[in-house]
Amino acid sequence: MLAVTPPEALAPAIGRLAVEGLSVAYRGVPVLNDVSWEAPVTGLTAIVGPNGAGKSTLIKAILGLVPSTGRVTIGGRSVDAMRDATAYVPQRATVDWDFPATALDVVLQGMVREPGWFRGYGRARRERALALLDRVGLADLAGRQIGQMSGGQQQRVFLARGLARDAAILFLDEPLAGVDAASERIILDVFDDLDRDGRLVVCVHHDLGTVSERFADVLVLNKTVIAAGPVQVAFTPQNLARAYGVPLTV
Amino acid sequence: MAEFWTVDFVPLLAASLSALACALVGNLLVLTRRAMAADALSHAVVPGVVVAVAITGLSGSIVALAGGLAAAFAASGLVAFLIAAGRVEPGTALGVVFTSFFAFGILVLEWTGLSRTGFDIHHVVTGHLEGLIWVSRDPGGSAGLVQAFMDLPQVVFELGLVLVLVVAILAAFRKEFALLAFDPVFARASGLPVGLLEAALLTATALACTAAFKSVGVVLAVAMIVCPAATARLLTTRLSHQMALSAAIAFATVLVGYAAAVFGPRLFGSALALNAAGTIGAVAGLALAATAAWRARA
Repeated sequence: MLAVTPPEALAPAIGRLAVEGLSVAYRGVPVLNDVSWEAPVTGLTAIVGPNGAGKSTLIKAILGLVPSTGRVTIGGRSVDAMRDATAYVPQRATVDWDFPATALDVVLQGMVREPGWFRGYGRARRERALALLDRVGLADLAGRQIGQMSGGQQQRVFLARGLARDAAILFLDEPLAGVDAASERIILDVFDDLDRDGRLVVCVHHDLGTVSERFADVLVLNKTVIAAGPVQVAFTPQNLARAYGVPLTV
Repeated sequence: MAEFWTVDFVPLLAASLSALACALVGNLLVLTRRAMAADALSHAVVPGVVVAVAITGLSGSIVALAGGLAAAFAASGLVAFLIAAGRVEPGTALGVVFTSFFAFGILVLEWTGLSRTGFDIHHVVTGHLEGLIWVSRDPGGSAGLVQAFMDLPQVVFELGLVLVLVVAILAAFRKEFALLAFDPVFARASGLPVGLLEAALLTATALACTAAFKSVGVVLAVAMIVCPAATARLLTTRLSHQMALSAAIAFATVLVGYAAAVFGPRLFGSALALNAAGTIGAVAGLALAATAAWRARA
């Protein structure tokens, strides 16, 4: 269990994530076009689609990190108002891992707004960050410079930082891309904990072969919504063929 | 020894205060690969200071600092506008805005005749450390230390104030600045007021640059923003250690560079002294180069 907040305060209590008519264009070129999607209340959801389908962009647009048109609400309120109900785990390649920081420093970043101006993180938050590093199997490496870790370990540090936000809804961008088997096992274990806690996990996923065993729901995306819903219903060869433009078996 | 207190102490103090303020700010700029922006900013504050002094007729520290801050924000705003609205490449936008700001500052210096008073263009670039002498009105008098302290040149108090402000800004937002430098997207996703934090960092940078340029010059400001932080960056893997180390390196650089300016020419039988801001900047660069070479071999 990863809950700091009591389970009744998690995803069902804050309400549903809803996307209405969301469009994103980069320099006049449409990246996402009129995406409307109502996420499940809790559980593990995969976003799949071909390269350039706008999967990462969808997460960023939902979180207000790229300019977009349309409406995104959580329980009827704007994402800005519900910021603390969300956590973002970006792709590993988006930061400079030579940065002078330890694994513990990075996990603490997930709590950056808790202490307030002028204050340090304090002992209690350090303990909490250490416990989260322990949960992702990195307690021994808390003091290690982040550039001195493997790709899978770095990904787990990013996951622990996301967990530190103790959010009801977690958005992860390709957390399983290029990680070793041990890291994958641990990340999937954490997903199961999050599921049991009653949180919502929205995960950009590239490996179609593992979607049905690991996720309950799916959003098949190619610039717009091709299909969405429980995996048994939405994750069909027909829908994948429409998204990827070639026949695929799953 | 009396000569040291009269002639050398105040230049050393002014250069140290200025170097510390610049070096501390420099850590965040070097980590975010914005050292060139700092270089540009140190030139862009010049017209703000000159215009503020020309309009008000006052050359006091508050007027100069306010002018420098205003110019820094105007220049940064214009750069952001060119990138967003004009789709100009960021490096080009920086180059265009900051060179035109600096050029405009020089023009105003000439037009207003300020260049013939306290604001020599030569001093703006290379500083005028040698002009800072400490003459107590009451040498050895009964009023003693307090009186002597009050007789320090005004620029020392300005630089001291700026160093306090810079340290306060960096200390207040140290967690936030560290996250912003490492992962600005996660910072925004976490609900940090990224725009306000950027403005606070710009304020600290502009204060350090403005205070520096009146006494130690633009060249030393740039050298002190980039070199000590870049040197410390090579020596440690912790941000807090890097900041402390950069301050120590900046201070040591000032001492060595100043000594080189005073004693260097004597080694070659010359009675002249070198420009101290120049030698300090050169020592900062040499320290960085030597550290990089040593790290490359290790």
